[in-house]
Amino acid sequence: MTQHRFQVPVVLAVISIGMAFFPFLGLPAFYDSFLYIVFYWVSLATSWTLLSGFAGYFSLGHAAYLGAGMYTSATLAAKFGWPYLATIPVAALVAASLGCGVGALVFRLPRLRGELFALMTLAVTFILATVILNTPIDGGSGVFLSAVPPPQIVESQSGSIYMLGLFMCMGSLTIAWWVSKSKFGKGLFAIHDDEDVAEAKGVPTYRYKMLAIALSSGIAGAVGGVHAIYVGFLTVAETFGIAVPLSVILMSVLGGARHWLGPAFGATLITVALFGLASSGQTILGRAVVAAFLIIAVLWLPEGIVPAFLQKLKRRQTSPDTSTEGARSVHGDDLTHQMKDMVIPEKGMPKVTQEQKVILEIHDVHKLFGGVHALAGATLQVYEGEILGLIGPNGCGKTTLMNMISGHFALNSGSITLDGVLISGLPAHETVQRGLARTYQIPRPFAHMTALENVELCALFGGINAREANDKANYWLEFCGLQERAHVLPIDLNLRERKVLELARALVTQPRVLLLDEVMSGLNPTEVDTAIRLVRQIRAQGTTIVFVEHLMRAVVQLSDRIAVMNEGKVLMTGLPEQVMHDPQVKTIYFGQ
Amino acid sequence: MPSMTLLTQALISGLLAGGLYGLMGMGLSLSWGLLRLVNLSHFALAVLGAYITYQLGADFNLAPGISLVFIAPSFFLFGVGLHWVFKKFKVNEFGSLLVTFGVAVLLETLIQWFWTADFRRFESPWGTVSYQVGPIYIPLLETLACLTAMVLSGLTWLWLNQTYIGKALRASAQDPEIAAAFGVNHARQSYVLSGICSAYAGVAGVFIALITTLSPSQIWSWLGVIFAVVIIGRLGNPLGALIAGVAIGACEGLAMAVFNPAWAPMVSFSLLIIVLIWQPKWL
Repeated sequence: MTQHRFQVPVVLAVISIGMAFFPFLGLPAFYDSFLYIVFYWVSLATSWTLLSGFAGYFSLGHAAYLGAGMYTSATLAAKFGWPYLATIPVAALVAASLGCGVGALVFRLPRLRGELFALMTLAVTFILATVILNTPIDGGSGVFLSAVPPPQIVESQSGSIYMLGLFMCMGSLTIAWWVSKSKFGKGLFAIHDDEDVAEAKGVPTYRYKMLAIALSSGIAGAVGGVHAIYVGFLTVAETFGIAVPLSVILMSVLGGARHWLGPAFGATLITVALFGLASSGQTILGRAVVAAFLIIAVLWLPEGIVPAFLQKLKRRQTSPDTSTEGARSVHGDDLTHQMKDMVIPEKGMPKVTQEQKVILEIHDVHKLFGGVHALAGATLQVYEGEILGLIGPNGCGKTTLMNMISGHFALNSGSITLDGVLISGLPAHETVQRGLARTYQIPRPFAHMTALENVELCALFGGINAREANDKANYWLEFCGLQERAHVLPIDLNLRERKVLELARALVTQPRVLLLDEVMSGLNPTEVDTAIRLVRQIRAQGTTIVFVEHLMRAVVQLSDRIAVMNEGKVLMTGLPEQVMHDPQVKTIYFGQ
Repeated sequence: MPSMTLLTQALISGLLAGGLYGLMGMGLSLSWGLLRLVNLSHFALAVLGAYITYQLGADFNLAPGISLVFIAPSFFLFGVGLHWVFKKFKVNEFGSLLVTFGVAVLLETLIQWFWTADFRRFESPWGTVSYQVGPIYIPLLETLACLTAMVLSGLTWLWLNQTYIGKALRASAQDPEIAAAFGVNHARQSYVLSGICSAYAGVAGVFIALITTLSPSQIWSWLGVIFAVVIIGRLGNPLGALIAGVAIGACEGLAMAVFNPAWAPMVSFSLLIIVLIWQPKWL
């Protein structure tokens, strides 16, 4: 992996330098122009992928950013006489501001579905087009750049434009590569798979999405700045047409939108194919062929060509091991064996005593969903180092309370403090960094990451530094008995393994307080026993645990104290024996 | 400020033009809302329907109403075939958008290859007919389109809300697995719905042929407005699509009268953005 890190920029640099000599070969200008068009599409498709491929927010608005860049450069150069090269950074800036504007608007919405985001960006494109058409920026007659002196990088004009295109292309590829390998990129991939969980695991989702849209639109704007001088004559209909967003999507999806090189591959393939058909006088046929390509690609290769190819390559390399995979499905037993070797404190840890300090305090928390009072003044104190079982009938607000503590929902009133520091009102990703972790009732792993990558990501965003993240992830996977499944995608894990993975993801951040949401549900009795041991071990390391559970056996065996919730309030807290024999609790569960 | 008469005229024309928006939007809204498939080829299909109407009318002097007898069933079959592909490949919402975009481009290519990119105009004796009510003119064809949209959306609404099949479809749209567990056979009904959506595109196509001037690129000019209609009217709700279509049509009509006709495209998109940000309960 580390080798790989250094290879890519070197390869890109070598290719760039090699290709920079191309204009000096003295070939006809046609070749410069043709290659420029390839660069143009590669950079556009790559810039699109930064937001839409990596973070999964499909944008149909790429023409807006491109067009903003084109018109910025054209206006500055043609009407204000700026030297052409100086207009390009401004074009990038204008497009990036537009992108940020769109982002600030849409990413603030709590839950804008993917297709609606796509349409919103399309709407922005049309609005921008109408504004430009009806104002002096274009005025309906188009903008001519014939009087603008083209930038002079090499002798010929086509060569200079080629050089700019090459620079944009290699620049965007380098950025895409860097992003895909960075923490930022990993955060984007997590957002793609499950944005809520990403936020809960410490990914600053809003900031990352804004950064991604700014990068994506900024590059598109710069590419537009260059493209304006190539086209020479700008019209609104050509610039803001549907062709740009759709070609860009097609290229990225065909090549593989989750891989940094995918869009470049798709763009090259399609540009060359289209050119081949156009040069033989079959423009209309060419479009049909591309459309057919798209249909075939989506149906047969939904992940794209590059990832499909890489996967095949990987499978070939690891094929000898796969035969043992089948035997792995007999799980559980070997886990039990490992657990026997470990020191398992029975109940252990002192019972709640007076001098124990309160680590998590929930005070008079209210939460309204429309007219439903999900929490109506819940108050609860959790002591450091204890295991607190949270029980109550369905719909009494247990999971809501968990969601409030983890910062998933904003509360209507009341306060939640962790070790004396107010955490209610913080975005979810910050509560993680303060030492609070949670699991989900239904495991929600990041689907496109292996078990190890899942845990590693949570480590990375839970405050563990990048160098240790891999070691820690391996350690906690092993702790949970999942080390042999480390390189398996979540879809191939069974329910128990997924539940344990969920646990490993929470543990890797070494939280002070761990919230477990029904980790036992759906497990068979043996699996429950191992899970109980696991929870005890976690506590033995000094983590405070609050768990919601319906399985009474686990509640009684694990809890130091039990809190009973009913109708949005914490009815009582006490030792397991006390609570279980309380007449009020019996009434709640069994009726009169 | 334009005169009251002009404003009323603009409002009425806009309302009636909005009927066609509703008609176009209905099929898209139903397949998006109830089948979770975004069908971009809906626009291409409608325009193809318009061209077929034009051709049958020009060559065989066939009345548009009779053309529809051919168009609607064959489009129904097309919809069923398209749905078969989606089922077979388990295409998700976004995949369907991409696939049907491909289909739309293929259809556009077909149209351009057969009818060329030239503008075509279906000359019919009804094209210029309009009734005068006081100072206001009411064009016949737009009124007819609006009435058709009203009848179809009303019937579709009744079908979805009053019959077993309709309720089953709505149940499946919300949770296909649970619906299946209660014995809802989603597969067969979804084929029917997909077919109906495409047939509606055919109906809209006939009116497009009668009202507008045809060109292959017209496919994409519908995209923005109709998407706004579909979303504002709430996905999967035929009445909503009609109401949103008429409302957007009316707003556009007024905007054209008060400002400049060139600003009309702003209307639907601004409304769409406002609605998306506002996120009202009915969305």
